[in-house]
Amino acid sequence: MSQPEPEDKQPKLPLEIGAPTPFSQPWQAHAFALVVALHEKGLFTWSEWADALSGSLKRPDVAADGSDYYNCWLSALEGLINSKDIAGTGEIDDVAASWARAAHATPHGMPILLNNDPLAS
Amino acid sequence: MTHSHDHDNELDPMDARVRALETILSQKGLIDPGAIDVIVDTYQNKIGPQNGARVVAKAWSDDAYATWLKEDATAAISSLGFTGRQGEHMRAVFNTPQTHNMVVCTLCSCYPWSVLGLPPVWYKSPPYRSRAVIDPRDVLEEFGVTLSKDINIRVWDSTAELRYLVVPMRPDNAQGLSEDALAALVTRDSMIGTGIVGMAS
Repeated sequence: MSQPEPEDKQPKLPLEIGAPTPFSQPWQAHAFALVVALHEKGLFTWSEWADALSGSLKRPDVAADGSDYYNCWLSALEGLINSKDIAGTGEIDDVAASWARAAHATPHGMPILLNNDPLAS
Repeated sequence: MTHSHDHDNELDPMDARVRALETILSQKGLIDPGAIDVIVDTYQNKIGPQNGARVVAKAWSDDAYATWLKEDATAAISSLGFTGRQGEHMRAVFNTPQTHNMVVCTLCSCYPWSVLGLPPVWYKSPPYRSRAVIDPRDVLEEFGVTLSKDINIRVWDSTAELRYLVVPMRPDNAQGLSEDALAALVTRDSMIGTGIVGMAS
């Protein structure tokens, strides 16, 4: 018997993503793996990472359905990369723009290579 | 094709950003792109709740192993070949007729990857992370698990250093089953504590 939901109910839990993979897009898997790899390289401790991720997940505009989890993950990773002086936001912006141009210049079905960026030196 | 254009690839901005990080980090020698692919493959295809199910099935079948798991879960789990890569310790919490255990990470999304793989979406969501602590009984109802009022619910908050595996109760009618058959009964949610192990009769 299904009953109407009470109005004042706590936020519902998001439904399971049906796909067997834990990632809904390939970039999420890569963002995940970068953190695992950098931790193994000794760039940060796992507690440092958990603190960074927690800070990112506690921002007020985070989606209640967890759909932006890997956006938070990536932003936490960028924060650590900034604070460890590995790369600044400007450098990341530039290389990301170069990747976007490279993708745009790559015929569909061909692998996207950074060298395809028409502005690449 | 009558309408062909040579630039139909548009990268999602997040995708472009991750590629940028990968480029920068490999140029600086901090990552090896091949190793990234191996990590993705491992977590997508090799590690998952089937690992935890082996641990539970062995604990159900072997009293000495169950005792070891209770006393030193990190070592007992690693003896089956499941070792965490983040240096975390494991603790196994056993359900009893009086106590039901349930796991959450209120801080972020700490989870026993080596035995359960990566967490489901709901585990990482803000509602679960707050409500599991405030009203676990209500959350369990949402998972279709109704516990009688005289069963206590203990909620364990995971950290970067300590992760929990719930050892569910073995179904009463599962006597005489092999470890393989037992492992097949153990669900992921039962090892997080948001499910119980049942057996078709």
